[in-house]
Amino acid sequence: MDDALEDFRRDTRAWLEENCPPEMRKPMRSEKDICWGGRKFTFASDAQKQWLDVMAERGWTVPDWPSEYGGGGLSPAETKVLKQEMAALGCRVPLQSFGISMLGPALLKYGTEEQKQEHLPKIARGEIRWCQGYSEPNAGSDLASLATSAEDKGDHYLVNGQKVWTSYADEADWIFCLTRTDTSQKQGGITFLLFDMESDGVSTRPIRLISGASPFCETFFEDVKVPKNQVLGEVNDGWSVAKYLLGHEREMISGMGGRAQGLTLSDYALNKLGADEQGRLDDSVLRARIAMHEVRSHAFAAMSERFIDQLKAGKIHSAQPSMMKYYGTELNKDRHELLMAAGGSDALEWESEASGGGKAARAWLRTKANSIEGGTSEIQLNIVAKRILELPEG
Amino acid sequence: MPLFHDEDQETLANTVGPFMADRAPVSHLRSLRDADDPAGFSRDLWREFGQMGFTGVLVDEADGGLGLGHVEAGIVLEEIGRNLTPSPFIGTAVGAVEALRLADRGLKETWLPGIVAGETVAALALDEAARHRPQSVALKAERQGNGFRLTGAKQFAPFRHEADLLLVSARTAGDASDEEGVTLFALPRSHPGITVKAERLADSSFAARIELDGVDVDGSTVVGEVDDGRSVLNRVLSAVRTGASAELVGVAGGASAMTLDYIKQRKQFGRIIGSYQALQHRAAHLYAEMEVARAATLKAQQSLDAGSETAERDASVAKAMAGMASSLAVREAVQMHGGIGMTDEYDVGFFMKRQRVLAELYGDADFHADRLARMEGY
Ligand SMILES: Cc1cc2nc3c(=O)[nH]c(=O)nc-3n(C[C@H](O)[C@H](O)[C@H](O)COP(=O)(O)OP(=O)(O)OC[C@H]3O[C@@H](n4cnc5c(N)ncnc54)[C@H](O)[C@@H]3O)c2cc1C
Ligand SMILES: Cc1cc2nc3c(=O)[nH]c(=O)nc-3n(C[C@H](O)[C@H](O)[C@H](O)COP(=O)(O)OP(=O)(O)OC[C@H]3O[C@@H](n4cnc5c(N)ncnc54)[C@H](O)[C@@H]3O)c2cc1C
Repeated sequence: MDDALEDFRRDTRAWLEENCPPEMRKPMRSEKDICWGGRKFTFASDAQKQWLDVMAERGWTVPDWPSEYGGGGLSPAETKVLKQEMAALGCRVPLQSFGISMLGPALLKYGTEEQKQEHLPKIARGEIRWCQGYSEPNAGSDLASLATSAEDKGDHYLVNGQKVWTSYADEADWIFCLTRTDTSQKQGGITFLLFDMESDGVSTRPIRLISGASPFCETFFEDVKVPKNQVLGEVNDGWSVAKYLLGHEREMISGMGGRAQGLTLSDYALNKLGADEQGRLDDSVLRARIAMHEVRSHAFAAMSERFIDQLKAGKIHSAQPSMMKYYGTELNKDRHELLMAAGGSDALEWESEASGGGKAARAWLRTKANSIEGGTSEIQLNIVAKRILELPEG
Repeated sequence: MPLFHDEDQETLANTVGPFMADRAPVSHLRSLRDADDPAGFSRDLWREFGQMGFTGVLVDEADGGLGLGHVEAGIVLEEIGRNLTPSPFIGTAVGAVEALRLADRGLKETWLPGIVAGETVAALALDEAARHRPQSVALKAERQGNGFRLTGAKQFAPFRHEADLLLVSARTAGDASDEEGVTLFALPRSHPGITVKAERLADSSFAARIELDGVDVDGSTVVGEVDDGRSVLNRVLSAVRTGASAELVGVAGGASAMTLDYIKQRKQFGRIIGSYQALQHRAAHLYAEMEVARAATLKAQQSLDAGSETAERDASVAKAMAGMASSLAVREAVQMHGGIGMTDEYDVGFFMKRQRVLAELYGDADFHADRLARMEGY
C-alpha cells in the first residue's frame, strides 16, 4: 500500500465530511439538481452554491487539471481516490458541464497559453457555461459535411449558417463551433471557433423532445463576427480538435450507463412488486431480466474503472471511447426499459404528483437519445470495426 | 490498484503466451483427441508447467511456490483458453491450492510439493447433479472412530480419472440443502470403495462420475474445520469461477482472432466479407462484450487477491459475463466462417465445444445471475 496515497485518502475523507453540506450528500432527484454553472444559472439551493464554491476553491471541480488553470493538480491515483471518497459519502458532483467534460480537455491539448488562461479557470469555477455547435440539419452522423461558413475578413471571421440539436444553447454563455473555412476539402476545411452566444447575429430556438423537455435548440448565425484569436487549433485543422473532443464526449456519455447512486433497479422493483414467501422479487421473469441486466451493469462498472485507469496511464486505444459510449448507452436504455416494466402503469403517469410529474416515463424517453447524441451507436460500431478491429472499408 | 496488468504481470503474459502457443497450440488438443489418449492431457506438459512455475503460481513462497495471486493465475488460464490446451490447471493449481492454503500443515506438506513440481494432479468433486448446485450436498460423511465413512456420488469432476488428489464436499451434519454441516475432504487417489468412471465430454476432455461406497478416511483428510467446509468451499468456488472466467476470456479471444483473420481474407460477391457492415457491426459488438468480460474478470481477480468483501459477488459477475461474451464469440466464429466453420478439420469448432464445457463448469450465466440477485436481496 502506498502510504502517501492512504494519507491523501484520510485527509480527503475528513475534508469532505467537514465541507460537503448534508443536502449535497443526498442522491440527485432529477436533472434539476444538476449544477451547470454559468451566467444565467440560478442555484437550486444555498447548499448547492456553497458546495460549488468550496470545491472550486480547491480546484476539485476539475481535480486532475493543472492548478494554474483552476484545477486541483491531482495525479490519476489521487483523482481516483477523491472520486471513491465522494462516492462513499454520497457527495454530489459539484459542477457538471460541457466545459469540463468536453472543451476543457481540448483546450488543454490545443489551446494557446492565452486561451487556456482565459477560459479554463472560468470553466473550473462554473462562471461560463459552454454549448456544442457541431450538428447541422444535413450533417449528423456525417458531421464533416457541415456547411456553416466562416469567411476570412482579415482580423475576424464572419460566421453564417445553422446548427441543430445544440443542447442548452439558450442557457449557455459561449459556444464551441465547427465551421467551414475551405469548401474544396471535406475534413480538411473545418475550423474550430469559440465565441460568445451574446455576439450580434446569434439566435436560438428551443426544440421540444419526446420527453416533453426542451433542453436543446436550433441555433442560427447571421453575420456573427469572431476575432481570429478565437480559433482553437489551426485554421482548417478543426477536425482534429473536433475528434479529440468527441472522444471525451463519448467518455462522458458512456458514464451515464454507470451504476446509479441511490435506489437500485432491484430496490425499485421490490418496492413496486413486493417479494414472495422466499423473499424474492415477486415476478420471476422480470427478476431474471433484472439479474441479467445487473450482471452487465456490474461488469460495465468494472469496465469503466479499467477504462479510466488505462486512459490516465496512456494505455488506451484512441477509439476505445466509442466502445464505451456504445456499451454504456445501450445498457442505460435497457435499464430504463426495465424500470418502466417494474413500474407498470404507475410509471406511465405523465403529470401526477405521485409520479413526480412523470419522472420515470420522461427519464425513459430521455435515455433514447443516449445512443444518438455524441454519435449514434451505429457510428460507434463503425469506428470500432475500422479502427480497432481493422476491418476493411466497404 | 489500477485495473490493468502491471509491468511484472505483463512480463508474465509475455512469457506464458509464446510458451503456450509453442508447446500446446490447438493442434496439441487435436492430436490427443485423434490418438484417443486415455488421459486427455499430457503429463509431460504438466511437468513443464511445474518447471515454469505455473503450477505453483498461487502457492506461497515458503511452500516452494511463486507466491503470486489470482491475476497471475488468470494470465496462465487465459493462454490455456486461447490455445485450448487440455490441462488440469484450474482444478489443481487454482482449486486444490486455494483449498490447501486453508488447510493445516500436514495436508500442505503432503500435497503442495507434488503440485509445485508438476507431478500431482488434483480434481474437485463438488457437483451431484447435472446442473451446478454446490449448495446442496447429499454425499454423507459419517463419523467412524477418529475418521469418517463417505457414501454418495459426484459428477462432472474434470480429470478425476487421472487425479492423485480428490477434493470432495460431504455432509457431516444436517440436510442436503443446509448451509452448515458441510465438510471438505482431501482424499488420495487409491482408496477402496471409490469407483471412477471417466466420461468423454463434447470438447473431448474427460470428466468423471464418482461413486463412494463406504469409503473410510481418517480425520487428517479434513480441509479446514469439520462442519464448516462451506467457508472453504466458497473460497475455492470463487477462485475456480474466476479462473474459469479467465479461461473463457482466452477461448473467446482465440475464436475471435481466428474469425477476424478469416473475414479479412475471404471474398464473396467480389469483396472481402469483413467489409460488409452486417458483419462489422456484429464483430464490433462482440469486441465490446469481450472487453467488458475481461474487465469483470480482472476485477474479480484483484478482489480475490485483496481479500475484498465483494470477492464472491465479483466472481459471480465475472463468470456470468465471461460466459455470455464467450458464448457469443464462439457462435459468431462458427457463423462467420460459413460452411467451413462446421468442419472438424477446421479448428473453430473446438472453440465452440470448449466454451460450452467451461461455461457450464462451476455455474453458468443463469446460475450466477440468480446468485447475484440473491446476494443483492431479490
Ligand atoms: C438529446 C440530444 C442532444 C444533442 N446535443 C447536441 C449538441 O449539443 N450539439 C450538437 O452538435 N449535436 C447534438 N446532438 C446531435 C447528435 O449528435 C446527432 O443527432 C447525431 O450525431 C446523429 O445525427 P442525425 O440526428 O442527423 O442522424 P443521422 O445521421 O441522419 O442518422 C439516422 C440513422 O442512420 C444511422 N446511420 C447514419 N449513418 C450511418 C452509417 N454510415 N452506417 C450505419 N448507420 C448509419 C444512424 O445511426 C441513425 O440510426 C444531440 C442529439 C440529441 C438526440
Ligand atoms: C451442413 C452443411 C450442408 C450443406 N449441404 C450442401 C449441399 O448439399 N449442397 C450444396 O451445394 N451446398 C451445401 N452446403 C453449403 C452452404 O450452402 C454454404 O456453406 C453456404 O451457402 C455459405 O457459403 P460459404 O460456406 O461459402 O460461406 P461464405 O459465403 O464464405 O460466408 C461466410 C460468412 O460471410 C457472410 N457473408 C457472405 N456474404 C455476405 C454479405 N454479402 N453480407 C453479409 N454477410 C455475408 C455469411 O453470412 C457467413 O457468415 C452445406 C453447408 C453445410 C454447413
